[in-house]
Amino acid sequence: MENLNSYLIVSAILFSIGTIGVLTRKNAIVMFMCIELMLNAVNLTFVALSRHLGNMDGQVFVFFIMTVAAAEAAVGLALMIAFFNNKESIDVEDVNLMKW
Amino acid sequence: MFDNVWLIPLFPLIGFLINGLFGKKIKNETVIGGIGAFAVLCSFAVSCMTILKLLSLPGEERVANVKVFTWITSGNFNADIAFLIDPLSCVMIMIVTGVGFLIHLYSIGYMHGEEGFYRFFAYLNLFMFSMLLLVLGNNLLLMFVGWEGVGLCSYLLIGYYFHKKSAGDAGKKAFVMNRVGDFGFLLGAFFLYWFMGQSHNVWTIQFTEIAKNAHLLPTGGIVTVITLCFFLGATGKSAQIPLYTWLPDAMEGPTPVSALIHAATMVTAGVYMIARMNFLFIRSPETLMVIAVIGGCTALFAATIGTAQNDIKRVLAYSTVSQLGYMFLAMGAGAFGAGVFHLMTHAFFKACLFLGSGAVIHSMHGALHHAHSHDDAQDMRNMGGLKSKMPLTFLTFLLATIAIAGIPGFSGFFSKDEILWQAFANPHHGQLNYLLWGMGAVAAGLTAFYMFRLVFMTFYGECRINPKAKDHLHESPMVIVIPLIVLAGLSVVGGYIGIPKVIGHIVGIPNYFENYLEPVFKLSEEYMAQHAAHGAAHHSVVLEFGLMGVSVLIALIGISIAYTLYVKNTSLPAKFTATFPALHRAVYNKWYIDELYDFMIVNPCKSFGRFLWKGFDVLIVDGIVNGIANVVMGFSGVFRLMQSGMIHNYAFSMAFGVAVILGYYIFK
Repeated sequence: MENLNSYLIVSAILFSIGTIGVLTRKNAIVMFMCIELMLNAVNLTFVALSRHLGNMDGQVFVFFIMTVAAAEAAVGLALMIAFFNNKESIDVEDVNLMKW
Repeated sequence: MFDNVWLIPLFPLIGFLINGLFGKKIKNETVIGGIGAFAVLCSFAVSCMTILKLLSLPGEERVANVKVFTWITSGNFNADIAFLIDPLSCVMIMIVTGVGFLIHLYSIGYMHGEEGFYRFFAYLNLFMFSMLLLVLGNNLLLMFVGWEGVGLCSYLLIGYYFHKKSAGDAGKKAFVMNRVGDFGFLLGAFFLYWFMGQSHNVWTIQFTEIAKNAHLLPTGGIVTVITLCFFLGATGKSAQIPLYTWLPDAMEGPTPVSALIHAATMVTAGVYMIARMNFLFIRSPETLMVIAVIGGCTALFAATIGTAQNDIKRVLAYSTVSQLGYMFLAMGAGAFGAGVFHLMTHAFFKACLFLGSGAVIHSMHGALHHAHSHDDAQDMRNMGGLKSKMPLTFLTFLLATIAIAGIPGFSGFFSKDEILWQAFANPHHGQLNYLLWGMGAVAAGLTAFYMFRLVFMTFYGECRINPKAKDHLHESPMVIVIPLIVLAGLSVVGGYIGIPKVIGHIVGIPNYFENYLEPVFKLSEEYMAQHAAHGAAHHSVVLEFGLMGVSVLIALIGISIAYTLYVKNTSLPAKFTATFPALHRAVYNKWYIDELYDFMIVNPCKSFGRFLWKGFDVLIVDGIVNGIANVVMGFSGVFRLMQSGMIHNYAFSMAFGVAVILGYYIFK
């Protein structure tokens, strides 16, 4: 499979975009979406390598990651709504009640 | 044989648990008091069965160790929860449960309407439990548990009216002074255990075993040290010089407590302990001499203080100290049986006197309360003429007073005279015997004087109580009077089981009590028979009767002086006080012993404590602790800057960390 490299490059680009997003944005929902982006970049790597190596383990992992990501989304969004109800904001910098 | 003996301490324990845990909820005084008294009644019943069984055995078999379970086993050390049944412990459980039951009954009436009624009965039952452990325990450790337990209950009950500062202080004083004595007891036990084990490989703390091996111990030397340590314990618990000052202060507690703990039972624990280990004490003539001298001095010294006190309970308290001195005098004379006999008769008449004074105080208190007067209900100067108001109390009180004064025919006469005779005729102290007898005889005269002074001031003459309160004085309810009658009866007839041999010969009655206790003191008797080389001088019967006559005469003189001063010519005491103001002040203020102790011991201890607090604790201990805390705070002040709370910082440090680790692997 000669185009494995292109899959991996796309995956690396996606991952980097996600990382930079997490590091630079303040909006919790955007940060959350960036994390999803990073997860999917990893998924892409898994699938590509699984196919390249002819081993199904990687694809099984992808299913797990997607399930966990879905659960995470449900919990994360609920947290954000609860937070927004209290603070009228969704910026992570406003999450400072525990700060001393 | 004595399988159910463990029930004796168990009943009061159950009573304590019920009243202590649920008493607050029960509320009903009859139920609470009933439980408390019934528990002791059950113990009394079992005690009666036990002593009857014991009496059915022949003399030499009257000793049994009843093991309930193994308590501690560690190497050579072995301690069981086990009870020793022998004539001595049986007579003690009879006194403790018998007198204890009467006092429980009395308390139902006396404590009526008091706040914390359940608390009182819970403590009282806990006390019975501890006291029974003390007298029944077959080893030193179990005895010590009881010994500490009664001390604790004494503290709790002295401080029963804890909202009064003086009561709290008295409780603390009693506890601390007892601790000094307990320290001696423990040291004695350690010495004994260690010495017997090290030198003779007999590792035991069990009384019967120690008795069996007592012949291994030398005379004097280490035994003197051991017995003196034990005697220090006895002086604390039994209020002897130098540790007696807590007992008069202990009168802050309710009167039934004074009767039960501070007259009849707990304070006799020291006497019991010496009698229990008579085989050790007899081996040390030095200790016997110390005991006899301290006993004699205490008897005399406390009696002098008793002559000038105005608080009815304080007179009785000093009287108790003095009578305990007699018991120790007997112990020191090697007349253990006589001492235990006096312990018993004293329990009867002194409990009766205390309960009688309680009835008077109860009535006075109620009457003064009615009249809205703030006069002291315990001050004899406010009493007088109560004879017609409280005839039954008066009669019982008078009988007990005659008994303690040592008038022939009453119980106190037999026991006190036996002690005086033994103090005179014992083979231990040579010339010192005359002095011991003299101190005892003078103390007997003083006893007769202050006791009749008390009776005359309280029951005779005109009524000095606040006129408004006069009509409210009345006889106490039956539940109070019945114990008085029983105890007065015992004070009269209790002596006839131990009639001294000289009189017994004439009337043909043996000294049952001494014969009964003989197995317990057999070892000491045998030891004395071997070592009496330096001479038990034979004294004639005439001499004994003569001394008896002298002591009775002294008592009668004491009574007649009291009669002259407090009935016939009541202006004389004031004149006497005016003539010898310094003497009166000294006696009235208890020879300033409390002040002396404060000056010599209490205040130095306090200043040393203050130095440790301000100098050592605050500066050094707190300095170290706070210093460490400050160092930690300083570091954390620096490190906390890392915890910015900004999520981006954390995310960045994570990403940076990942980049570094990856970089390391890639460019390695």
